Amino acid sequence: MIEGDPRRIDGVSALSVLRRGLAASPELRVGAGQTVLMAMSVAGGKLLVPLLIQAVMDLSITADGIRLGRAAVLCSSTVVLVVGSIFLGKVTYFRLVQTAENVLLGLRVRTFEHIHKLSLAEHSSSRKGVLTARVTSDVETLTQFAQWGAVAWVIDSVQIVTVLIIMVVYSWQLTLVVLLLHLPLLPIFRWMQARQLMAYEELRTRVSDTMGVVSESIHGVEVIRVHGHREPMRRRVHQSIDAQFDQQMVAARYFSLVLPLSDLFGVTAIATVIGAGVWWGEAWGVSSGQLVAFIFLCNLLVTPITSLGEVLDQTQTALAGWWKILDVLDTKVDLVDPSTPVPLPTGALGVRVEGVEFCYRTGGLVLQGIDIDLSAGASVAVVGETGSGKTTFARLLTRLADPTSGQVLVGGVNLRDVSPASRRRSIRMVPQDGFLFDTSVIDNIRYGRAGASEENAVAAIEALGLTDWVGGLVDGIHTRVGERGEGLSVGERQLVALARAHLADPGLLVLDEATSAVDPETETTLERAMERLAAGRTTVSVAHRLSTAERSDLVLVFDNGRIVESGPHTQLVDQGGIYAGLHASWLGGTRQMF
Amino acid sequence: MLGVRLGCGRPALSSESGYTVPESVVRRGVRLVWQSLRLHPWAHTAAIMGANVFALAVVGFTVVIGRITDEVIIPGLDGDGVTRGSVVGAVMVVVLVGVVRTASIMVRRWFNMLATVKTQRTWRWAVTDRFLDVPLAYYRSRPAGQLLAHADADVEVATSMLKPLAFSLSVVVLALAALVSLLLVHPLFALVAVVMFPTLTFLNRQFTRKVEVPAAAGQEAVGTLSGIAHESFDGVLVVKTLGHERVELERFSSSARALREHRLAVGRLRSKYGPVNYALPQLGIIVLLIVGVWLVDSGSVSIGDVVRAMSLFSILTLPMEILGYLFQEMPRSVVAMDRINGVMAEPVEPRPKAPLTFKHGTERAVEVEFDAVGFTHPDGLAVLNGLNFSLEPGESVALVGATGSGKSTAVALLAGLVPPTVGEVRIGGVPTTVLGPGGVAASVATVLQETFLFADTVRANLTLGRDVSDEELVGVLTAASADGFVTGLENGLESVIGERGVTLSGGQRQRLAIARALLRCPTVLVLDDATSAIDPLIEEGILAALRRPTFAAGNRMTLLVVAHRLATIRLADRVLFLNDGSIAASGTHEELLDVEGYATLARAYEMAGSQLRGDGN
Repeated sequence: MIEGDPRRIDGVSALSVLRRGLAASPELRVGAGQTVLMAMSVAGGKLLVPLLIQAVMDLSITADGIRLGRAAVLCSSTVVLVVGSIFLGKVTYFRLVQTAENVLLGLRVRTFEHIHKLSLAEHSSSRKGVLTARVTSDVETLTQFAQWGAVAWVIDSVQIVTVLIIMVVYSWQLTLVVLLLHLPLLPIFRWMQARQLMAYEELRTRVSDTMGVVSESIHGVEVIRVHGHREPMRRRVHQSIDAQFDQQMVAARYFSLVLPLSDLFGVTAIATVIGAGVWWGEAWGVSSGQLVAFIFLCNLLVTPITSLGEVLDQTQTALAGWWKILDVLDTKVDLVDPSTPVPLPTGALGVRVEGVEFCYRTGGLVLQGIDIDLSAGASVAVVGETGSGKTTFARLLTRLADPTSGQVLVGGVNLRDVSPASRRRSIRMVPQDGFLFDTSVIDNIRYGRAGASEENAVAAIEALGLTDWVGGLVDGIHTRVGERGEGLSVGERQLVALARAHLADPGLLVLDEATSAVDPETETTLERAMERLAAGRTTVSVAHRLSTAERSDLVLVFDNGRIVESGPHTQLVDQGGIYAGLHASWLGGTRQMF
Repeated sequence: MLGVRLGCGRPALSSESGYTVPESVVRRGVRLVWQSLRLHPWAHTAAIMGANVFALAVVGFTVVIGRITDEVIIPGLDGDGVTRGSVVGAVMVVVLVGVVRTASIMVRRWFNMLATVKTQRTWRWAVTDRFLDVPLAYYRSRPAGQLLAHADADVEVATSMLKPLAFSLSVVVLALAALVSLLLVHPLFALVAVVMFPTLTFLNRQFTRKVEVPAAAGQEAVGTLSGIAHESFDGVLVVKTLGHERVELERFSSSARALREHRLAVGRLRSKYGPVNYALPQLGIIVLLIVGVWLVDSGSVSIGDVVRAMSLFSILTLPMEILGYLFQEMPRSVVAMDRINGVMAEPVEPRPKAPLTFKHGTERAVEVEFDAVGFTHPDGLAVLNGLNFSLEPGESVALVGATGSGKSTAVALLAGLVPPTVGEVRIGGVPTTVLGPGGVAASVATVLQETFLFADTVRANLTLGRDVSDEELVGVLTAASADGFVTGLENGLESVIGERGVTLSGGQRQRLAIARALLRCPTVLVLDDATSAIDPLIEEGILAALRRPTFAAGNRMTLLVVAHRLATIRLADRVLFLNDGSIAASGTHEELLDVEGYATLARAYEMAGSQLRGDGN
């Protein structure tokens, strides 16, 4: 699920997120062993100085006096090691960053890819701002973590283990005391961690929500202004920001509790070591020097534990972000590519629809009992009211969705078995949504076929008789179309879409006619272009213009998810059914006026 | 009041290619901190106090351990033993100092988080407020994804350097306390510290300078990436029908790869400076140790003094690390802040000093006048030139003209979306520039070409948050012929419609948009090609409903319709023929048929506008 998942992550451990995450990011494993080894030696390097101090105290300051030479040798060799650790640290840190960046890149790209594989239904139920958040801000939470937290986890854990080993060498009894005192931290951390993860997950939802609302305030700017809706919108945006703030402060509770708690346990451990050490020291064979050293070691334990508490917060944010991304990756892809793909034949393609039914996951039947044969090269008009199922029918022909039951055969091949590359090339839909990419007219046309050159695109423009139109644009073929293509009129966007389709040279063309009225000059150009494009191909038009229906070989009338009438225009008009009614309404609507 | 604090009037970043370094990062960092401090002084103060108490508690802890070593441990284990009371006392003192330390951490973290998050909220408010207040032209030049990034990622990153702020400020107290203690032990020890810390500061500043350019580029790349993703998901239907997933993926991944390169550049610098930063204090302790041993040998200090000096020195390393973190975050933060300041430097739409509004909902009769109106785009393209016309109260007028004749611009001017370049648009005798957008909206309702619906319920989309009775809602839905399909929706008025109203057909969306406008009981209703997707018969019904008297005094709405359908045009009392940015002719449809240009256009409309059941689903 992408958005609005009601599922809470009760009782979910960080481990399960981690397990899923590791499976989703194979980059993590590349050279991981070596990197971890290096990180461990860097962590070991952190203990050089404390060990040196112990050594100097033990070996140089003896009862007989100070051995300066020995101290100097110890110190200078440690200096060499510390300088060495600088270089090791440099290499290691960069390796970690490299791994992290590769993981993030892979995750971004795979998530992006997956989102594009999801069905239209999935897309229309998610806000674009939220989808964008998944590949940007959610991944960014992981970036933060990768740059600091992940490194700290490795280095701190190594340091904790090493210090514990040295402690045991000094006194196993005192080590046991320290361990026992830290034991309660485990259940407390676990409890807090689960709550914290939930708090952060909720926070990510709030963040997506803010993005969604802000995105609406941007896209809907004109509507907001003409309706004097600015102040209410401002309140809504502020509310969303406030809700995000509130949730941030809920998360802050855990943030400000976890670390101090671990510190308190560390202090208690030191106090107890002092008490136990002084009281039972003699019995346990601990000298005063050793006890002082042990307290020093306890302090060394506090630092990495504190640091872990510090990164735990960041870890939770990252896990919550990761969780959201993994949820996207786990969303099932409805349209599965065939295992043994079959290419479509070339030339005009016939269509056979056999016993097709379609229903959305949530709703009732949209199409039922659809059986129809469209011969190759025919021009077919599909008409019907809103909700009659005609657009869904068009989508099934282009495999934007698969029928719930029955099958669609194009060129004699079941669409489910057609190779995606061949399908994209030979079956082309021109949607009424005239979305264009924010680049030039020519580039938008070139998108029609992979690897098409500018010359190919210009040829398509000429073939459809669009040269004059393009010549009239500000910068000709290099005119920028603006975001969503909104720099062009609705009709002009359709022209670009037609040229695009021409470039692909499909055998089956599905046209979803624009409902918006188009200015007359463009309209004339559009009709001519449409005619030229249709020549030699099977065309199925979801028709809103009567002229389209009049011109076509076959008219299919949809009503309530069924084909209720089919035949040529004149025959249907004579029949006096639904289509005849539609026709009359059209005549009544316009012709009498002029 | 919030916004003013933000903008220092320095649009520092050239957003296109080639990042230019405007001013020292540290100076900008200090200014960023100062801005946040002035916004939320109390939270910051509490956090800094907490951090300083922590610093003192840490030093206190070393002192306590030192004394316990001398007075409890050594006599206890090497000497004659100690009383149970002194052992318990020692344990209690350690725990007590520990509790103070713990409490101080809690205070620091909570209030530091509060200050950071409050600053985020303030800046988010400010940025989104500015979005709502800038002239419309601002939106045309920027992709939505980038604007989103300003409100989200930029604010997040700008405040990320506030997180280590309190802790690193406590380094001052800690350094002073430690220095004094070191000085008390032996001047040579203090000297080591005095040499050490400026070196660290120098290294930090050098890093900060070097990392700025890749950090800025990285932040910029996040914006680009977000823009690409947003566009790609927005155009998903086209992507799918073109089978364009591969190309989109390539576009996105090459942008993501560019981002990775910038991040790696930052990582390379970090891996160069980070370990040095960490190792320097370590080397300092070694120097301290060897000097200490030598001093013990010469008899000027005791072993206990050396141990204490080293503890103090190592205490200093944690806040120094945090200070390093602050310096490392700084470039990213100030660059993000520059981008926020860039938004804040955008001038807001001019608002009248004393906006006039009309009383709502009673009988009103206002006249609309376009007086010698000209409009020229910022790029110099003149759209309207000497546009003169007026609409009588209650009159219904069709605005007709070829593509590019300036119809939509005229509508935008009337709706108060943009101000005229020359001349005046007056509503009820008052210029729109005096009325202000709110004032215009009080009497004029405009339904735009592209219908925008919020991802909310039908009800919320109609009322836009106002309190409206169900009767009123049903009334306007009926007038807009939308009652039928709304009742048919699963949850009626409470049905949630998707972003951009995707779950509805074009015609249904337009009908809701008309109902939304009607609900505001406008004196003047403007339909900018707003019925194009509606079935002609239904449209006729809607237009007839709009012609009925709506006000107590029996007045009708003034109606201005931009249309391409002859049927629509014919319903109007009068037709204005717009040609080349000014009115070429005015009169009834029949009268205008003699006008050259109009007749051609009308004939073309008849041919083209042959729409069959416009309600595409």
